[in-house]
Amino acid sequence: MSIKDKAYIVGIYEHPTRLATDKTVMMLHAEVAAGALADAGLTKNDIDGYFCAAGDTPGLGQISAADYLGLKTKHIDSTDVGGSSYLLQVGHAAEAIALGKCSIALITLAGRPRAEGMATGTQPRAPAVPMPESGFESPYAPATANMYAMAAMRHMHQYGTTSEQLAWVKVAASHHAQHNPHAMLRDVVTVEDVVNSPMIADPLHRLDCCVISDGGGAIILAAPEIAKSLKRPLVKVIGAGEAPKHQMGGKVDLTYSGAVWSGPLAFAEAGVRPADVKYASIYDSFTITVVMQLEDLGFCEKGQGGRFVSDGNLISGVGKLPFNTDGGGLCNNHPSNRGGLTKVVEAVRQLRGEAHPAVQVKNCDIALAHGTGGSLGTRHAAATVIMERG
Amino acid sequence: MAERKISTPAVNLETQPFWDAAAQGKLLIKKCTACGEPHFYPRSHCPFCFSDKTEWAEASGKGTVYTYSVMRRAPIPYAIAYVTLAEGPTMMTNIVDCDLDSIEIGQAVRLVFKPSEGGPPVPMFTPA
Repeated sequence: MSIKDKAYIVGIYEHPTRLATDKTVMMLHAEVAAGALADAGLTKNDIDGYFCAAGDTPGLGQISAADYLGLKTKHIDSTDVGGSSYLLQVGHAAEAIALGKCSIALITLAGRPRAEGMATGTQPRAPAVPMPESGFESPYAPATANMYAMAAMRHMHQYGTTSEQLAWVKVAASHHAQHNPHAMLRDVVTVEDVVNSPMIADPLHRLDCCVISDGGGAIILAAPEIAKSLKRPLVKVIGAGEAPKHQMGGKVDLTYSGAVWSGPLAFAEAGVRPADVKYASIYDSFTITVVMQLEDLGFCEKGQGGRFVSDGNLISGVGKLPFNTDGGGLCNNHPSNRGGLTKVVEAVRQLRGEAHPAVQVKNCDIALAHGTGGSLGTRHAAATVIMERG
Repeated sequence: MAERKISTPAVNLETQPFWDAAAQGKLLIKKCTACGEPHFYPRSHCPFCFSDKTEWAEASGKGTVYTYSVMRRAPIPYAIAYVTLAEGPTMMTNIVDCDLDSIEIGQAVRLVFKPSEGGPPVPMFTPA
C-alpha cells in the first residue's frame, strides 16, 4: 500500500509575524489554523485529524492544543523530532487519510523564541529531563551552531568543501528573500559578505546561520474527493520517507544525513527521480545543512554539494535547482526554531503557481520538501515529502 | 586565563560505574562479550547485536580528533570535538589546555580529566 495520490494539500498558511511579543504560543496556533482553513475554504469543525509537535504546544502537548482550539477529531499524532516534525506529519497525515482514519487533517506549528530572547544557536540547551546521552554530552557545551559546525568541518576536511561554496547557499536565499515582504532579512548578500561576517563556531559564520524568528504555520491535507470539491489549485502528496540517524554506538560519521535513507524511500514511492524535481525546499538551519542534504537526496554526487550550490545554481531563474524561494530559514523565517513546516508551504505555493512572480518556477509540476530535525552533529530525523501539481 | 565552568554530568544507575571510574582518572567504554564490538556512550544492551552481555573496559586514553569546532560566541571560547579512541568508538569531548587555533582533524590527543561544577570529573583531551 502507498500514500501516492491518496491525499492532497488543500490549505497552507505562514504567519506573517516574525516577532510576536503581543501573542501567546496558543494564539499563534489558532491564528495559523484559521489562516489555513480560510485558504482551503474549510471551517474548524471540518477537521477530523490533528497533528502538532509536543515541543511547541504548551502543557501536555497535543491534548492542551486540541482543547484550546476546540477540536473534535478521530485521529491525533504529536510526533516530535524537532524541526522536521511537520514534514513527517505530512506523510503521517497522508497515511491516516489513505487508511480512512480521517479525511481532513490539520497540522500546526507556532512559537516565539525571539520574543523570549532565546540565544537559539549559541547557548547550550539542557533538556528539562536528562536524556540517556546527556551525561556524555552536556558537560562539553554542545549548542546548535557548534554541532552543525563540526559536521561542516568534517565535510570540508573529507571533500574539500570551502566556506565560499557554503556561502553560495546564503547568497541564493538572499536573492529570493528580497522579493518576500515578510522576510526578516531582505538584503541581497554576496559570498564576501558571508565569509567576512563574524565567526560563530568555526567554520560557520554569522551569515551561515538561519534567523531566529517567532510565528508559525499550518497545513491542511484532505482526501481526494474533498480536495476536488474545493476551489484551490490541486497539489497531491506522491511520496514520503523518514529516517532517524544517530551516533551509531560510537561509529560516528558526520558527513552524511538521514536523507540517504528518507530520500530513496520518498522517490521510490513517488516514482520520480531527483532530475524530475523542478523546485526543492531544503531545510536551511545552516548553509552546510543544505549542501549535505542535496548530496544525500541525490541531486549531486556525494562530496560535490559545495560545487553544486556554487555560482547561483540554487537561484530561481538562474540555476538548475531553484530552492527556498521564500528566502528559507536563512533569510525569511525559522518559526519556533523549526523550519520544516514552511518548507512544505513554499513548495505548495510553487506547485500552485502562487510564489512571488520574480521567483515562481515555470511549469513547476513536481516539488520536494526535505528537512532535518535535531542536529547533524549528534542525532536527527530526516523527512522527505514529494508533491505533484494536479 | 579563566576556564569555562563545566556543568555537572547527569549520572544514573546505568552510568554510575563510568563516573566512579572517572573520579579515579579512568575512562571506561563498554564492550560486548557476544559480538566483541566496543561502543560509546555506554549502555546496557549492545547497540550492534543487542546482546545484554556488555562489560566495562578501560580505554587507553589515546585518540585522534575526528572533527572539532571552536565556539567563538561564548564568554570563554572553547573547542568541542569528537575524538576517535584507539579502541574504536568516537566520543564527544572538549579539546583543552592548548591554543584553540592549533587544533586539527587527525591530530593525536590524550586523555585528561577536568573538574565539573559539583559532580564527578569529566573526560577531555589535549594534544598528545
